[in-house]
Amino acid sequence: MHSRPWRRHVGPIALVLLALALPWLLAALGASFYVSMAGRVLVYAIAATSLNLVLGYGGMVSFGHAAFVGLGAYVTGVMISEGVLNGAAHLLATLLVTGAAAALIGAISLRTRGVYFIMITLAFAQMLFYLANSIKGYGGDEGLNIRARSAIGFGLELKDPTTFYYVALAVLAACLWALARFVPSRLGRAVLAIRDDEQRAEALGFATFRLRWLVFVAAGLVAGVAGALSVNQQGYVSPNVLHWTASGTLMVMVILGGVATLWGGVIGAAALLLLQEVLSAYTPHWEFWTGWVLLAAVLFARGGLAGLVGAGPRR
Amino acid sequence: MPTLLIVEQLLNGLQFGLMLFLLAAGLTLVFGVMDMINLAHGSLYMVGAFVAAWLVALSGSFVLGVLGAIVLTAAFGMLLETTLLRTLYARDHLSQVLATFALILILNDGVKMVFGTDLPLSAPDALAGPVQLLPGLSYPAYRLLILAVGLVIAAAMYLLVVKTRLGALVRAGAANRVMTEAMGVDVKRLFTAVFGIGAGLCALAGALLGPLLAVQVGMGENILILAFVVIVIGGIGSIRGALIGSILVGCVDTLGRTLLQHVLREFLPPQWASAAGPAIASIAVYVFMAVVLAVKPQGLFPARA
Repeated sequence: MHSRPWRRHVGPIALVLLALALPWLLAALGASFYVSMAGRVLVYAIAATSLNLVLGYGGMVSFGHAAFVGLGAYVTGVMISEGVLNGAAHLLATLLVTGAAAALIGAISLRTRGVYFIMITLAFAQMLFYLANSIKGYGGDEGLNIRARSAIGFGLELKDPTTFYYVALAVLAACLWALARFVPSRLGRAVLAIRDDEQRAEALGFATFRLRWLVFVAAGLVAGVAGALSVNQQGYVSPNVLHWTASGTLMVMVILGGVATLWGGVIGAAALLLLQEVLSAYTPHWEFWTGWVLLAAVLFARGGLAGLVGAGPRR
Repeated sequence: MPTLLIVEQLLNGLQFGLMLFLLAAGLTLVFGVMDMINLAHGSLYMVGAFVAAWLVALSGSFVLGVLGAIVLTAAFGMLLETTLLRTLYARDHLSQVLATFALILILNDGVKMVFGTDLPLSAPDALAGPVQLLPGLSYPAYRLLILAVGLVIAAAMYLLVVKTRLGALVRAGAANRVMTEAMGVDVKRLFTAVFGIGAGLCALAGALLGPLLAVQVGMGENILILAFVVIVIGGIGSIRGALIGSILVGCVDTLGRTLLQHVLREFLPPQWASAAGPAIASIAVYVFMAVVLAVKPQGLFPARA
């Protein structure tokens, strides 16, 4: 039943090669400035993939996922502005803080269902948004500029767009690999079972609350790493990364790309950001046209773009 | 703390709460009857405010401008409902989020194309000054007008929903839509009417708050979330819940913003107090919602039995 013709591997291998060669290709085309754009796509792809884990595979419609991205960005940004430049310390602190926040928010939010879960996750993100606005010592509502970047050793400098691109690519690859391993695993199947019929899963003896909570925390951790990467890329973090529209944008990426598909987050992030990039080159009113494209996607591409390119969920 | 300040802030809180109710009333019915997440509800508030500012400047009359904005925005809302939103009722919440998020982008930029990023709108000259309410307490006349209009509309909505046939149908739809349809009620048409009323109320709120806040692109985004908080606290689908939730949220937000600073100044250095006050007030609204949901998971007045 698991016949795997070699053709199935052609697409992914080509994609990996393309991703690895992209900075050279762009340089050859004289468009090196797009490398940082590609880095931005990767950061969003990591964040959107983590949201897809909660929202798509876990069936938990979190409307506050930007909270964890923002926390990661602020933890790393604040440490850098205080002169702590050790990248390992940034990663550790980011994981600790976003993990603790996700554990707490998840423990409270997961007691609710449906619309109330949507609203309560949104509420927690909004609390952090207003908190970030009020910390005048770290930029307040104007945001925090950092001059240095996380020092990651090996003679690598994250300020260099190409270096950043490869670091982000490695993180994204690790996330996708982990997600691909997780879904068919015992744990992953249990999570899917809970999503599809929680009562039945509970009757079968699964610790439904704890499993959903674990998924929520894991996604929060990955989102935190995406945040730590984003502050390194932008050299800047502001409360806007925590605003509900930021959570909304991540949701839009996941839904656009394909809910509960391995590549959904990546496809959605790339499609939305490239669409904005292309449209903004032609018109100042790119938001207007982006809106129409998204609307068309809802009405005509059910199941997201992943469904269109044949990367949808296999049944 | 001076008592008069507290009275003034309570009036401000009540006034903001009543404006929130104008938004929440439509939102809670859309949500309650059709189980539809409409993120673009705040955009109708923005559209209403812009149309009002435009018409006021055009006609020279504040009243004409506001009335015109209500009618035009209601018509626009009904058009939106019949052409697009109606197709989304049967879809899952995620599709609704994506589609109405797209609508926010379209309407934000659309308004920018037509009117620019902001429009001036000021209170009518006759109401520009303050009114002496109590000895030592003078209150802006325009805010009193908002208060009065808010109270009248809230009472009218309450009577409409509780005492009229239309209201009974809406309540039936919110409690159990399928059963209501089985009883022969054309819920679709009923709902287009409800959506139109909701859009008109959005426009009224936008037009009245315009002179106090600012008529600018993006003005609907923050107030939308507050309106969602209100309807979750009040119980989705319940007009009574929306009214009480609005006033509670309006008071928590307004009192927190001003009175909390006074209290904090007793304990903290002034620059800390002025920074922490608004943050705590904004957060308080969400903490309040989390507490309500922890105690009553369906909100204060659940519409579904």
